[in-house]
Amino acid sequence: MTDVDVLSEAFELGFTYTRSTGPVMGRFLTALRDKRIEGIRASDGRVIVPPMEYDPETAAALDEFVEVGQEGEVMSWCWVSEPRRAHPLQQPFAWAMIKLDGADVAMIHCIAATDEAALHTGARVKVRWADEPRGHISDIACFELAGVAP
Amino acid sequence: MSAQREIAIVAFHQSPCQASAGAANEVELIMPELRAVFDQVGLANAQDVDFVCSGSCDYLQGAAFAFVAGVDALGAVPPIRESHVEMDAAWALYEAVLKIRMGHADSALIYGFAKSSPGELPIVLSQQLDPYYLAPLWVDTVSLAALQARLMLDAGLITEGDMAEVVKRSRRNAMTNPLAQLAGETSVADLLAKPHYLSPLRRHDCCPVSDGAAAMIIATVEQAKAWGMPYVRLSGIDHRIESHNLCLRDLTDSVSTRKAAAAAGMNAGAVDVAELYAPFSHQEIILSRALGLGEDTRVNPSGGVLAGNLMMASGLSRIGEVFQRIVAGEAGRGVAHATNGPCLQQNLVAVLEAA
Repeated sequence: MTDVDVLSEAFELGFTYTRSTGPVMGRFLTALRDKRIEGIRASDGRVIVPPMEYDPETAAALDEFVEVGQEGEVMSWCWVSEPRRAHPLQQPFAWAMIKLDGADVAMIHCIAATDEAALHTGARVKVRWADEPRGHISDIACFELAGVAP
Repeated sequence: MSAQREIAIVAFHQSPCQASAGAANEVELIMPELRAVFDQVGLANAQDVDFVCSGSCDYLQGAAFAFVAGVDALGAVPPIRESHVEMDAAWALYEAVLKIRMGHADSALIYGFAKSSPGELPIVLSQQLDPYYLAPLWVDTVSLAALQARLMLDAGLITEGDMAEVVKRSRRNAMTNPLAQLAGETSVADLLAKPHYLSPLRRHDCCPVSDGAAAMIIATVEQAKAWGMPYVRLSGIDHRIESHNLCLRDLTDSVSTRKAAAAAGMNAGAVDVAELYAPFSHQEIILSRALGLGEDTRVNPSGGVLAGNLMMASGLSRIGEVFQRIVAGEAGRGVAHATNGPCLQQNLVAVLEAA
């Protein structure tokens, strides 16, 4: 057998257009750049974070923004012992539903923790900001246990 | 709209659930299934039905409009009337049912296919999520299901033993299903002794990745009789969707499944058999409860998708499984369920009855 030349070419699947994120998501993402978290008040009074553009029940356009806290409570979580290459953390970590202080609906993000035993439902967590926020959901680098030295 | 036109299912076939179809491409996965259903009815090819609809996901092939390549399996010359849904083929069936009920067709071929093995399926499926808040985090479908399972465990709605019981029954039922990928005798104790994979899920709580395809032919009852085929009446079909915001949903219940079942007329009679598209063990419990299934109903006698999961075709296969059991005389009336999206976001329920 002689060596076979394998033809290969990098292929990146992408849609090379840009679009505005609009007045609701755009405001949320811009606030992240300033290390603030804004939710939106739904017609039933609940504060939803990240904000939704339209009311989940009435479909009315929503525009009452509410700044919420940067700490919250773990409502559910799972432990990723083998992170995938695409995941935001490459050490074992948790995905979680986190209800921020002042919010009524949880959000999904990741938690950096030393091991599975360190976490439990109801645990208090706080935001760890990215070093250089840019107006993107990943400006929240992850959450970490509140009251635990990093 | 002649909504009263009755729909008959006349043929169904699916490929074995294989962990990898090797070098076979999508067209090569589809063609044997089409041939099988054509032969069941005695048709030559796609020219002999009025309408064709398929279900697949371009993200699995990694190219826009990849589904068009699937049409190569049909031989669409001279031109045929054809459509596609970027969903499980159970929804392609739904479109075909509407087409026939509206009087625009008397017969239809439906197929679904996927070759999921080459990619990293849970990561590919993460891109079906909210494109600004979740997709950029690449939160995968298995992790989301694990969050759902934890909510149920914390609320005391299930135990890990209940989840293992579902897996044990799936593996056992699959022993009589030659198309299954995972089958065998096991015990709850053995399953619980296995380590967690994505805690609180164990690997066996998650359906395997499978390559393959499935196909079905439906028609008006008049057309089915003209073909001289034994048929099963599709007496009801409905689908409902819930919010894309997972945290706004009650993930411990399936409201959309219950609504779809009511609209499809499930409660008008006994349910002898139910095939539920539950990619995770705890989801079978959610679905059984949402549908109110009791001990008189055989749930997932095929083993369900925990025994083999043909992406984009398993929903259609659930309907096909119930069809085959009614044709075989094992059941008189059954329910089939299909799902799309994370944590049972969108659900379809079909009711099948002996002719």
